[in-house]
Amino acid sequence: MKRFRFNQQEIVFAVFALLFLVFSIFLNGFLTAENMLTLLQNVAVLGILGLAMAIVVIGRGIDISLIAALAVPPGLVLQMVQNGHSLPFSLLTAVLLTIAFGLVNGWLIAYAEVPSLFATLATGLLLAGLGQAALFQLDVVQWSPGMNGFERLGQGTVLGIPTSIWMFAIACIVVAFLLRQTRWGAYIYAIGDNPYAARVTGIPSRPIIVLQYVITALIGCFAGLVLAASVNSMPTRIFNSTLIYDVILVVVLGGIGLSGGRGGVLNVIIGTLLIGTMLNGMTIMDISYAGQNLIKGVVLLLAVITDSFLNPRNEETAQQGDI
Amino acid sequence: MKTFGNPTRVTLAALALAALTGPALAQQGLDEPFQKPFKEALAGKTVAYVPVAMNFDLTEGWYAGLKKELEPFGVKFVIRDANWNTNAGAQAVTSLISEKPAVMVVHNPDVQTYAKLLQRAESEGIYVIQINMGSAYRSSAFVGANWVEIGERQTEGVVKACEGKSNKIAIIQGALSAAASAYTLKGVENVLAKHPEIKVVSSQAADWDAAKAKAITQTVLKQNPDLCGIVGFWDGMDIGTAAAVKEAGLTGKVFLATSGGGERKGACELVKSGAFDLNMSYDVPTQAAQMAGTIKWLLSSGAKPGSIKGSEYTTLIPITKENADSQTACWNLSDLKK
Repeated sequence: MKRFRFNQQEIVFAVFALLFLVFSIFLNGFLTAENMLTLLQNVAVLGILGLAMAIVVIGRGIDISLIAALAVPPGLVLQMVQNGHSLPFSLLTAVLLTIAFGLVNGWLIAYAEVPSLFATLATGLLLAGLGQAALFQLDVVQWSPGMNGFERLGQGTVLGIPTSIWMFAIACIVVAFLLRQTRWGAYIYAIGDNPYAARVTGIPSRPIIVLQYVITALIGCFAGLVLAASVNSMPTRIFNSTLIYDVILVVVLGGIGLSGGRGGVLNVIIGTLLIGTMLNGMTIMDISYAGQNLIKGVVLLLAVITDSFLNPRNEETAQQGDI
Repeated sequence: MKTFGNPTRVTLAALALAALTGPALAQQGLDEPFQKPFKEALAGKTVAYVPVAMNFDLTEGWYAGLKKELEPFGVKFVIRDANWNTNAGAQAVTSLISEKPAVMVVHNPDVQTYAKLLQRAESEGIYVIQINMGSAYRSSAFVGANWVEIGERQTEGVVKACEGKSNKIAIIQGALSAAASAYTLKGVENVLAKHPEIKVVSSQAADWDAAKAKAITQTVLKQNPDLCGIVGFWDGMDIGTAAAVKEAGLTGKVFLATSGGGERKGACELVKSGAFDLNMSYDVPTQAAQMAGTIKWLLSSGAKPGSIKGSEYTTLIPITKENADSQTACWNLSDLKK
């Protein structure tokens, strides 16, 4: 007799569907088109970051420095424009900084063979420190007249849908294409699944890993630009917040195991939707900060515990990618 | 009845005397007996500054102001940046206690963490001045904003703007454990108790984070498009609140009150642009001058640390469209640093 098994992705989707149903029935004003758009808009940046993180996690790595890539290069754009440089030149500088940062991360992990957790922990601090010490005058870099027009990246609507949702959608399509349609994507899955086997079969593992961190940093920078445009400033001390945990949560909760080689864009979307629904519902109910954290914790624990009951670990799965 | 002779004659005599002795006195000068001990009390003393973090308008403004006032007197001014990390701050205060500066200027992240440490510092002979966000321990001096008053005046502004409208308001708090947030909320409650017609549809903490404030405000505005006012707790965070109001097309319809240090870009410019309707400024340069004055007075007084305790609450400047253009309502960080 074949046992019917759920995987984590389906469980999280079920939790999301249940929460959504309960909120729709009991919360006035939850199930309106406007509120749905707000819900998505509020988690768009988190979702974009989730996509960036998904790429490295699928390749059996992790990028703790992602929030530094989100905060520092976009902050630099705002600061440079404030200091009188042109917007295109500032953007170019920021992109070059981001690429250099991704290259350092990738080199440390692929060639110097530093574990990704420690490498990115250190480089993240380095980049954030560099920003604070040398690049920005203040922690919150203000919008200046030279940036006018650029706020459309995170504000306003196109065809009635807020632009930040469009940005998330575009990022989803690009990442899905990279992962599923390109050879590079297939290599990432192969490396994540079994790095040694991948190397033996002739996949250029090291350059692929470097590329992986460069792309992640670039997506992080893109998320930062959307965020800055959305709040009309760049609060660079977001690096010290718990955002990185939320990002990892979105990825892991959505069903992309930290063991690598599995999952994709759909998982990120599901993880993001669950977090978004919870936050939105709790804000409508005006639940206190402490209460919100408690509920978040309980729901997340439930999802993870259910998964470990339904998919018990055995010797084969237990040894994978423990960080 | 006694007389002192002919008044005219006496005056003439006095004038003659003055004419003879006056120039002599002016040449010698008159020694002011108090400035020497004052200078001695300050020269070579160390003042340590522990802000919750550098790199934002308030702490940079206080730093620049203190430096300008103290260093010319030979005071050594050192800084220990806690960088938003309460543990790092507590460690900084602990190590300062053993380094024994003459004065510690401390900006508390919450009301509890440093309280015991500050008490110990004073018992070890260090004057402690707490700034803007105080702790549960009362030290030699508190210099800063009266948060209860800020909460009250912001809420009064919002209540007034709500007259004849929906009477629905929202509150965007800071970090729950910070003195600034908790006391401001008390002020808000004080005013709301007098206005039962006002309905608070949302009261949540955004943790001093502009992105979080924006997300909360967006959701609240979708639920309550007829909201008439928002009480925000810090202009640095309420940039996000204002962005959500603007995005909903409700600028000018939803009255947004906030508070901050009054730096031109963060306060006056945003009031002028219509993002904020009221910004209660606690005017950082004045606060810095008051801190410096208190330090000078304490050091020259010879009073034993912990033996006297006082407070200096900042006179608040309400920034609205009417005064946002004036030269004096706001200050420029770049000028203060010169």
